[in-house]
Amino acid sequence: MEWLKSRPIFWQNGLIESIGIPRIIIAGFLVFLFVLAVVLKMDLTFLISDSLVRIGMNGLLVLAMVPTITCGAGLNFALPVGILCGLVGGVVSMSLNLRGWVGFGTAALLGIVLAWILGYVYALLLDKVQGQEMMVGTYVGFSMVAGMCIFWLAAPIKNPAMVFAIGGQGLRYTLTLENYYCKLLNHFLEIKLWGITIPTGLLMFFGLGCALMHFFLKTRVGRAMAAAGSNPLFAKSSGVNLNAMRHLGVVISTVLGAIGILAYAQSYGFLQLYTAPLYMAFPAVASILIGGASLQKASISQVVIGTILFQTLLTIALPVTQTVLSGADVSEIARMIISNGMILYALTRGERRR
Amino acid sequence: MSESAVLELIGITKDYYGVTVLKGIDLKVKPREIHGIIGENGAGKSTLMNILFGMSVIHETGGFQGEIRIDGEPVVIDSPARAMELGIGMVHQEFMLLPGFSIAENIKLNREITCSNVISRVMGKSMETLDFKAMRQDARSALDHLSINIDETLPVAGLPVGYMQFVEIAREIDKKNLRVMVFDEPSAVLTESEAGLLLEAMRRLSEKGIAILFITHRLDEVMAVAHSISILRDGQLVARMERDQARIDKIAEWMVGRKVERSVLAKRPVAEDEAEDVILEIHDLSVEMPGEVVHRFDLKLRRGEILGIGGLAGHGKIGVANGIMGLYPARGSVFKDGLPVSLNNPRQALLSGMAMVSEDRRRVGLWMDESIEMNISFTAMQVQGKFLWPGPLERLRREDRTAMREHALTMIKDLDIRCTGPQQIVRHLSGGNQQKVCLARALTMKPDILWASEPTRGIDIGAKQLILDYLVRCSREGGMTIVMTSSELGELRRICDRIVIMYEGRISGILPPDASDMEFGMMMAGKYQSGKGVGIDGMA
Repeated sequence: MEWLKSRPIFWQNGLIESIGIPRIIIAGFLVFLFVLAVVLKMDLTFLISDSLVRIGMNGLLVLAMVPTITCGAGLNFALPVGILCGLVGGVVSMSLNLRGWVGFGTAALLGIVLAWILGYVYALLLDKVQGQEMMVGTYVGFSMVAGMCIFWLAAPIKNPAMVFAIGGQGLRYTLTLENYYCKLLNHFLEIKLWGITIPTGLLMFFGLGCALMHFFLKTRVGRAMAAAGSNPLFAKSSGVNLNAMRHLGVVISTVLGAIGILAYAQSYGFLQLYTAPLYMAFPAVASILIGGASLQKASISQVVIGTILFQTLLTIALPVTQTVLSGADVSEIARMIISNGMILYALTRGERRR
Repeated sequence: MSESAVLELIGITKDYYGVTVLKGIDLKVKPREIHGIIGENGAGKSTLMNILFGMSVIHETGGFQGEIRIDGEPVVIDSPARAMELGIGMVHQEFMLLPGFSIAENIKLNREITCSNVISRVMGKSMETLDFKAMRQDARSALDHLSINIDETLPVAGLPVGYMQFVEIAREIDKKNLRVMVFDEPSAVLTESEAGLLLEAMRRLSEKGIAILFITHRLDEVMAVAHSISILRDGQLVARMERDQARIDKIAEWMVGRKVERSVLAKRPVAEDEAEDVILEIHDLSVEMPGEVVHRFDLKLRRGEILGIGGLAGHGKIGVANGIMGLYPARGSVFKDGLPVSLNNPRQALLSGMAMVSEDRRRVGLWMDESIEMNISFTAMQVQGKFLWPGPLERLRREDRTAMREHALTMIKDLDIRCTGPQQIVRHLSGGNQQKVCLARALTMKPDILWASEPTRGIDIGAKQLILDYLVRCSREGGMTIVMTSSELGELRRICDRIVIMYEGRISGILPPDASDMEFGMMMAGKYQSGKGVGIDGMA
């Protein structure tokens, strides 16, 4: 056992175990891509700026996973429910011709109210399917997206910039936010440093969300929710209303989905309607899992780490692989493998623990 | 009955990790004999049967000492399959039946009668066709032995529990080499008339020449069918007698009897008029707790007393506290200091000034993955708003870690919780220290009434002593009213002022702690005649 003594310090302290093998592999791959980018003389500052934007864009959607995991409903695969509420808010605020902060604020407010109501209805549905929340959630998300396609077509909106050019009825596939609140958060207090553009407002928005969630989890009701999720009988014997806690977790998650998509859309510059929200839950789910969360436990730091790793990987993998393999869209394949593989990995691990 | 014994156990001794659970048990059964084995929970009955059946749990924990003989020949039983080969059959407490299969199929399971067909000639015996007719006939005759009039083609799913029991028995009877049959508390799930049928079936079986071991804690059933009786207590065989020498009161005494040391603490100075100071009144309480059902329970709890609730497992002693604290569905009315306490609502129960130490430490008592300080303060934080920073909305106030830690440190000192500090995760504590955390959690509520359910179960002697002493101090010095439930009668007799004994979900009687072993034993076995013995105020 001589080799044991010669192991590096970080190994002996169990640091690897605490960080987790998947994170080390992904971080290692990330470093490899960065080195490759330098070797290929690519514009590193652009890659970093882009990564920062994508982290800010997706952060809140990842954060939306925390309340459902905490309250015991697992990963929120029904995130499209919240996303659709946010989109409705965005569409309504646009049709009222509200621009800038007022437009964004109105959209967010409407989105929150809608998400609160729909999230509650969805939570009531979950009461009937306890233990199957994730599978039911996936299909609730899918059917909501399909159902809303009809709404987008039939919505009584007359703004010619939003409806199909031919026919004058039905919303377009993508609505440009140019002149409304495109990159509103990104440009807020934007800093340029050594050629890197830091979208301060966007990152602050994500940070604010995290801070509020962190505070909430340490309040009386936050603690009750965590207890209800991880040890229901203990919580019940302490006078916690289990159903109310689960409802609350689902509602908060849905609300975060609504705000999250608006932060995403303003940075992207478009509201994407119809089938665009269909698979939006999966990258968010994959991010938090890469961050080290399990089906039972998630923390804010896992949200931040997961989002950084996953989004940076996607941002950098695309240009690098395209340079190397001229043209092939390896990035898309990598995205699928990583996100779906990560979900699969977490689900199998979760089963074993039960 | 001059035949030699078919089954003989000689000097069976077994210990689990240094704790001796069986000490030199000798047992003998002859053909045609029904031998009753009586003992409290934990007396070692189940371990003895596990040894007889070569269950893997025995071998995994280091085997046992002693010898098993069949027809005078020493045998080694290393697996349940071997036990079956030797002709030992068993009816389990839990049913091992396939619900979707018919009664006949269940009876013949794994011993199906088959005839060969074209495929089986090529593929081997496992592809042979089932001979349903022959199987049905066999099943019929087995059921007829039990005089059970039921269609053998019915599926097992949906049968009344009692009939499932008979199907199990029929399956054992159907085995042709059956020599010894073990009934492990078979009547626990049966109604009275079904139990009667079962006893009849046992008699019939024994007449066929089969030896029967009948494990139970129902004294009247043993008295009704057994030819001879052994009594186990704390892993020892305390008595063996023939039926005609047996007396039910004697058996009860043997079953319970322990040297009882009264607590050194002073008795509660009870003035006679104080007896009327009722703090909690329970009327007609029924609790639907699986396995611990309570029926129409009535009790008046006196202020400042320590009341014990005893009885055998499954007779509802645990159900009372769980029902009142709202953890299991309950009906009835409860008044604390004259004010009604709403049932089925843990929060209301806690708000009314009651707290509970749950018997289920791992699932109800503790939040395993959290720190000691969080476990101790959680309930008080949720219900009473303690340990929170000031703020406008109580629900959205932040936890006050400093206050939590300070309080946890006091509790750790008071209860001598051995830990690395208040932030240690409770999962990593020993059982005794976990139990102390549970107690600390309840005491943090500063309750008027503390329901302590099995507060000393599965913990070491030192922790046990400390917890019992602490409870007595809370009562005598702090004026707390305590209701303690325990499977250990000796423990109840040490610290309680009165002891309620439960039988089949009802109060069998209320005894003072210094009542005789016989009285306790009789009450636990449901053999108590009212009018004899001590005051039974509080009964309906």
